[in-house]
Amino acid sequence: MFKIAKYVVYDILRSKVLIAYSLFLLLVSFILFGLEENSGKSVISLMSVVMIIVPLVSIIFSTTYFYNAYQFIELLVAQPISRSSILLGEFFGVSISLLTALLIGIGIPVLIYTPDATGFVLLISGFALTLSFISLAFFSSVAMRDKAKGIGLSLMLWFYFSVIYDGLVLGILFSFSEYPLEKAVIAMASFNPIDLGRIIILMKLDISALMGLTGAVYKQFFGSNFGIIYSLFIMFVWIIIPLLVSLRIFRKKNL
Amino acid sequence: MIRTEGLEKRFGKLQVLKGIDLNFEQGQVVSIIGHNGSGKTTLIKCILGMVIADKGKIFFDGINISDNFLYRENIGYMPQIGHYPENMKIGQVFTMMKDLRKNSGSLDESLLEEYNISAIADKPMHALSGGTTQKVSASLAFLFNPKVLILDEPTAGLDPLASEILKAKIAEAKNKGKLVIITSHIMSEVEEMADKVMYLYEGKVNFFNSVSELKKLTGEVKVGKAIAKIMKDSAHV
Repeated sequence: MFKIAKYVVYDILRSKVLIAYSLFLLLVSFILFGLEENSGKSVISLMSVVMIIVPLVSIIFSTTYFYNAYQFIELLVAQPISRSSILLGEFFGVSISLLTALLIGIGIPVLIYTPDATGFVLLISGFALTLSFISLAFFSSVAMRDKAKGIGLSLMLWFYFSVIYDGLVLGILFSFSEYPLEKAVIAMASFNPIDLGRIIILMKLDISALMGLTGAVYKQFFGSNFGIIYSLFIMFVWIIIPLLVSLRIFRKKNL
Repeated sequence: MIRTEGLEKRFGKLQVLKGIDLNFEQGQVVSIIGHNGSGKTTLIKCILGMVIADKGKIFFDGINISDNFLYRENIGYMPQIGHYPENMKIGQVFTMMKDLRKNSGSLDESLLEEYNISAIADKPMHALSGGTTQKVSASLAFLFNPKVLILDEPTAGLDPLASEILKAKIAEAKNKGKLVIITSHIMSEVEEMADKVMYLYEGKVNFFNSVSELKKLTGEVKVGKAIAKIMKDSAHV
């Protein structure tokens, strides 16, 4: 498994995409930190970028990588290696590469400009989002035989989580505004890893007052120790579940 | 050595394998023949565990292969069209395979030498011609000294010299008591190499017998003609 991951990392490092990704993040972070005196504001701007770009790059890069590695997988399947090790090896290889890129692209600027809890939380949510979107990418790659369909499904998943879902939540909040929605709001945040990541960061920044009633509900729940453990756990679930489903499909897949 | 019981496989609406029972023994060269799309490659891939059969069982040395992967240590597989990581060099592919298969037994590098692969070790896989890719596939299949060799149209795309080298290697493997399974469309090769012929017709074993038996049955001297006769007969049914 780790040997396979090693070859995946070698393979990814040879392509320029990953280097471009880290350089892009590095550039954006330095610009945002350079523009503002107050590092809190920069973290918010950076967060908006991270919440859009990181899931998108993670899911699209992993999906295309998986289809391009199809030949490698085909070669491995005929060898005395279990299918689970093959898929997990691919997963760890892609994860290590993308996390390293994120660590360079966001980690270095954060360490320079805001080496505190806020910066740390931003980085952690970035990591968790990267992993869960790689996991989702693996799901669409093993579920779809055709590359175009696989990438299409990945794009739709990203679009759903970053755009459509929020729209749905807003719609629900408006239509049921006369009912007590506190618990529902928290539950709804759990069904979207991007929202969850954003909330954790906003809680750390202590600007929930700006978000009105929802902010107060979030503050009460996600601000507590239980809330932090809960959100980390849900983030973890968002990494594990799609990966387990992909493993299940991959074990029975015809290559 | 390899035994299957009622093997069935369906891809969507297309039933490719319709209940295959077979038994391959060691020290044989078995040639699987059949029309294009008769299920040859699917059968091979089922044995390799690359395709999961819908029904039926496959036994390797008496062990059911479902949910088992270690039996593949004993198989060397040469695919019809080899797919390799494109941005790797030939040499790297070989080092990687040795690393991944952590084989304890001795390596058989004679094909590597005969094809002079070390001279082209720096070439990237995507720049290789079909024939060179086939040479790489063949060398990899034999490299780990496996008990069973599964070769899917091995000589298609190889130049005459290279295919002679491969045929000699197959004969050598047979003499060492290995089981060699070959699919081929070239009848002269079947005649040259195979002890037994298995004819797949629309997902079923139409004929599985020794070459001499086949000739006797059809009254033909040449395997090619004998098989053509069987193919024609089964097409009429």
